[in-house]
Amino acid sequence: MAEARRVLIVGAGPAGVAAAAVLAAHRQRPFLIDEGHAPGGQVYRRASAPVALDIKALFGSQVGKYERLHATFAGLAGSVEHRPRTLAWAVHERAVHTLAEGKAEVHPYDALILATGATDRLLPVPGWTLPGAYALGGAQTLLKDQGCLIGRRVVFCGSSPLLHLVALQYQAAGGEVAAVVDTTTTGAKLAAAPVLAANGFATLLRGLSYMAALRCKGVRIHHGTRLVAIEGETHVTGLRFRDRRGNEHRVEADAVAIGFGLRAETQLAELGGARLRYDSVFRQWLPDVDADGRCAPGLYAAGDGCAIGGADAAEESGQLAAYAALADLGIAAPNARMARLRAHVARLRRFQRGLAKAFDWPHSWPMDMPDQVILCRCENVTLGEVRATLREDIPPADVNRAKAFTRCGMGRCQGRFCGLALGELMAAETGTAHERTGWLRAQAPVKPVPVSTAFPS
Amino acid sequence: MSEAPRGQVVRVKRRHAPLVVIEIDGEQVEAFAGESVLVAVLAHRPALRHLEFSGEPRAGFCLMGACQDCWVEIEGVGGARACTTPVSAGLRVSTGWPRFG
Ligand SMILES: Cc1cc2nc3c(=O)[nH]c(=O)nc-3n(C[C@H](O)[C@H](O)[C@H](O)COP(=O)(O)OP(=O)(O)OC[C@H]3O[C@@H](n4cnc5c(N)ncnc54)[C@H](O)[C@@H]3O)c2cc1C
Ligand code: FES
Repeated sequence: MAEARRVLIVGAGPAGVAAAAVLAAHRQRPFLIDEGHAPGGQVYRRASAPVALDIKALFGSQVGKYERLHATFAGLAGSVEHRPRTLAWAVHERAVHTLAEGKAEVHPYDALILATGATDRLLPVPGWTLPGAYALGGAQTLLKDQGCLIGRRVVFCGSSPLLHLVALQYQAAGGEVAAVVDTTTTGAKLAAAPVLAANGFATLLRGLSYMAALRCKGVRIHHGTRLVAIEGETHVTGLRFRDRRGNEHRVEADAVAIGFGLRAETQLAELGGARLRYDSVFRQWLPDVDADGRCAPGLYAAGDGCAIGGADAAEESGQLAAYAALADLGIAAPNARMARLRAHVARLRRFQRGLAKAFDWPHSWPMDMPDQVILCRCENVTLGEVRATLREDIPPADVNRAKAFTRCGMGRCQGRFCGLALGELMAAETGTAHERTGWLRAQAPVKPVPVSTAFPS
Repeated sequence: MSEAPRGQVVRVKRRHAPLVVIEIDGEQVEAFAGESVLVAVLAHRPALRHLEFSGEPRAGFCLMGACQDCWVEIEGVGGARACTTPVSAGLRVSTGWPRFG
């Protein structure tokens, strides 16, 4: 009998769970590693606090998908080795290094599928470090995970389709929505509409229905705005912004949810040997994969961590990556099904590229923000400090040099919340192509590992 | 601008867990077993910690374990992320200058 192959998956969101289901159906017994207490990932997250959530109200028309993911996972009991509350902190020499309950382990693999998802994409705005200012996706997570709101009267701002969804979810949960302050113009959305309609008509309608529902409930939605500042001395008291015509407005609020789309979690892929390639639509560096997610020998990437694509694309790209891994292990994969999946994933990702244009990332903003605004939350580095180094005789050539000069991106979040804005600032201020400013190289551990950790000898 | 003496986050969903007593910087506070330390603290207070460089208040940011801006010190454990650490009876949290992992 052939020796059992070790297939590992990191991430139990829609991509990771779908990959696990395919592998289990082919009598592999994958390891499914996730930091969370339960599967679901960002989108189908299950509360970790003991709260009575109304799943139907929270997930609306997507409740069926939520239930399906959790049912699929329940059906895998016994055929998947689930490792919840486990951080994968490094990939090195074809092994994943994990940490759970203070104990470190090393798991060698024959195939590793990375389904690590994404986090909120941010850029610095005056006041974004104040208590009461939270990442937009985080505001939703607090509701799904803890049954809590980030404040009593919340303003939702930035550029993301999630703006409207989360505002509605807050309102349904009893929160007051002060306003939705969308930084993209109606024109940009109209321009993207044909691509969106061609590649995901139902999803487009759903997005429009969120906006209509908010208006119906009397919530003001401002389009084409510029954020001036999140206000407050020791906590958020409001948001100042300019409208399309340049008139300034102020909304009173005790909390602000701010986000500009998503950024892929690519660190483990990079540590595992994937090459990153620049994506000019998302303006970020993503693992260089083939149509099935292969990125290095034995290494596969799927879902948002590979290309921002949404939950459905995550699920199908997870299946594809699992089939690719099986094929590479010498186990026959269904060719016709894979071809269909490839075509469908490509279409869903075209939709997301359309969304990226409709909800544009205002990449030149960091250049217009005042010097004293904090860029790096961890190391307390301001935009002004980075600007000063850019004016030196030998300025840093890329973001990694800038990090060495200024400590921006050197902190505990590893540049997750400043790295993209740092590159944009450098590009805009020096006239360099954004692509040439590079990405902050991944370093193990990808998240802090406690000093008390017991490592295997 | 006046300081809000109340908490930042609001619990809006019914909890099916017992209330337990925990200690935040020596102050006895009630919280629900199993909810996050971040919620337990921010339901009572406007901030979670003070930045080690400038002392300015912080209250977490990403709420999903990515930004590391919510570290507090938990007795017997050391530095921990408040947003992903569950509350249990008798937990002692200190919000001043946590040690980072
Ligand atoms: C905060 C947030 C909220 C969102 N809400 C919605 C929504 O309401 N509707 C919608 O359509 N889309 C939403 N999205 C977009 C969403 O990310 C995708 O649609 C979908 O969840 C992507 O699935 P995925 O499987 O690629 O990754 P995810 O669902 O993000 O799952 C990735 C998983 O990997 C785990 N992980 C990552 N790194 C590690 C590591 N090093 N060690 C261990 N585990 C790790 C994470 O804990 C997570 O569970 C949201 C995104 C974010 C960031
Ligand atoms: S709030 Fe970001 S890690 Fe806890």
